[in-house]
Amino acid sequence: MDHSLNVLDEALRLDNATMSFCPGQVVLIEDCVETSGAFVLHHMIKRALSPNSSGVVLFVAFAQPFSHYERILRKLSCNLVTYRENGRFFLFDMLKLDYPDGDVGNTVHDRVFDLYGKIQKALEVISVSPDYNKSCITIMIDDLSLMEVAANGASNNVLDFLHYCHTLTSELGCSLVVLNHEDIYSDLMGPTLILQMEYLADVVIKVEPLATGLATDVHGQLTVINKGVIDEPGILRTRVRNLHFKVKENSVECFYPGSRS
Amino acid sequence: MAESICRALRDGALEGEHAPALTIKDSIRCSFGFDAFNFVLCNLASNILAGKSQARGLVLVAFSRSPSFYIDLLRSRGIDVTSSNKWLRIIDCYSDPLGWKERLQGSERVARVSRAAETLCMDARDLDKLFSTILELGKGLVGHGKVRFSVAIDLASAMLRHTLLPSVAGLISNLRSHDQVSSIFWLIHSDLHEDRAVMVLEYMSSVVAKLEPNTQSTNGQRGNSECLVLLEQNSRKGKLHVRFKRRNGRVKVMYEEFYVEQAGIKFVAVNSANGMVDHNNLIPKVQFNLQLSEKERIDREKVVLPFEHQGNGKLVQIYDGRQSLPEGQKDAMMLASTGKSTQKEPVSGMGEIHYVRDSDDELPDSDEDPDDDLDI
Repeated sequence: MDHSLNVLDEALRLDNATMSFCPGQVVLIEDCVETSGAFVLHHMIKRALSPNSSGVVLFVAFAQPFSHYERILRKLSCNLVTYRENGRFFLFDMLKLDYPDGDVGNTVHDRVFDLYGKIQKALEVISVSPDYNKSCITIMIDDLSLMEVAANGASNNVLDFLHYCHTLTSELGCSLVVLNHEDIYSDLMGPTLILQMEYLADVVIKVEPLATGLATDVHGQLTVINKGVIDEPGILRTRVRNLHFKVKENSVECFYPGSRS
Repeated sequence: MAESICRALRDGALEGEHAPALTIKDSIRCSFGFDAFNFVLCNLASNILAGKSQARGLVLVAFSRSPSFYIDLLRSRGIDVTSSNKWLRIIDCYSDPLGWKERLQGSERVARVSRAAETLCMDARDLDKLFSTILELGKGLVGHGKVRFSVAIDLASAMLRHTLLPSVAGLISNLRSHDQVSSIFWLIHSDLHEDRAVMVLEYMSSVVAKLEPNTQSTNGQRGNSECLVLLEQNSRKGKLHVRFKRRNGRVKVMYEEFYVEQAGIKFVAVNSANGMVDHNNLIPKVQFNLQLSEKERIDREKVVLPFEHQGNGKLVQIYDGRQSLPEGQKDAMMLASTGKSTQKEPVSGMGEIHYVRDSDDELPDSDEDPDDDLDI
């Protein structure tokens, strides 16, 4: 399993030793209705918490409860309960937060601000722990469209939140991983949240169904776009990798197109 | 041409005129606007430092990158930043544009670095305050006299997100018309705004530099994996369209190509007449070459074809289908047959072509097989 996933790791340009991102990177996962990109997020949680690194994950969950992630990650041989107890996995369960209507003073802006406050507080807790390594903190958001829903459609507030998370990437070297759905913006003309995200992102991962239609052996394709990659000395380019994947019971198999018969 | 942009910013404003303003705009298909902005910034910074420019100082309003990023950038391009507090001021609208961190200050603040050249802006929505801060810092650099300073805004899109278009337009217009501002430039991501907003900013600029991909997708659909090839092709290069507007209303449109490298963006002039038409672009992109490269063309010209004049001093021998005779005999033969076919006596050395028809009954270019009388 690990060997097959290395193709994805290589496309994501993860560090060989620590299995983590280069510090300060912003990763955007774009999926669509036909093909869910959640498995990429799960894979990244696993890599961020890999035993080789002392990485910490701050997970902002709008989509699923903790038990869901815990169950899936256990199948990928990664025990989230243990990591949570060791202070390496923080989950902000946004599903449980309900804002009573009587709470007049609590605007969308305040809610987004509160969430940022919680993240910053968690960062302070992490920074005083003895085995703190600032380059390995990953903030993950699942998913941005639901955050927009929670913010009553005020995408500007969501962008403010993302901007503040982005300042953490440059100040503390955190990585930011965001899942969003591409097709819900497809009909909208003009500026969209996903376009703003694409400007912000260093790595864009698009998860799509196969262009040629349904197949039993291939469940979809990944397009990994790495901006600003230095392949050869002095040459800076955007690197594009195209991968096919097959979602299995306990794992996801990634391979280059045509390498499986 | 990128140089002429930098020259326009360097030369600054004329007395009684608005300061030259540059809009750099890009889109997600070719998002190298930031590299172009950095190029202009570094160029202007080195001109200011060398005392070549009209401006004696630079105020940078940082919305999309932290001030430390710009300090590192200038240092990496070989610009002396040790003296930066004499000519550079950075307004930090990046770290805490809404004052959230300030509000959270009750708890311990997460790492904050502060330098002498930086000013933290805690409310990016208040552009009036931003305007007075820019002027205050600029005057702090150059004094209150006639000396001017330049202003750089690294992302006008961020301003447009925080406030309304009229306030952004007001800020830029006020800066342009201020008599201590030498030049002003900003970057905008054009597809994040309505066309109207981009147009307004373009109206207020004397130079518009637009970054475009070399090849556009035909169906206009974004994110299609079939565009992989296109993505690869546009991964490190593109075209820069520049529109200069003169005071008298003359508009000059030019373009050149650019390549993004680790050491920054490189501009290459387009090879055609005046950079107006690119013939290479008219040719469809195929896997084989439809055109020759310069070297291939030169090599092709060197090839001596078998029927060509050899020109190496030797006797020229062109096979005319008949037995070849030595020079003297040939002339004699010709003289003998002059009565029939040739009009006048040939003048040697004039390079005339003589044709001797074998007989009168044979039609010129007859289809008759010339070998049918051979006894094989």
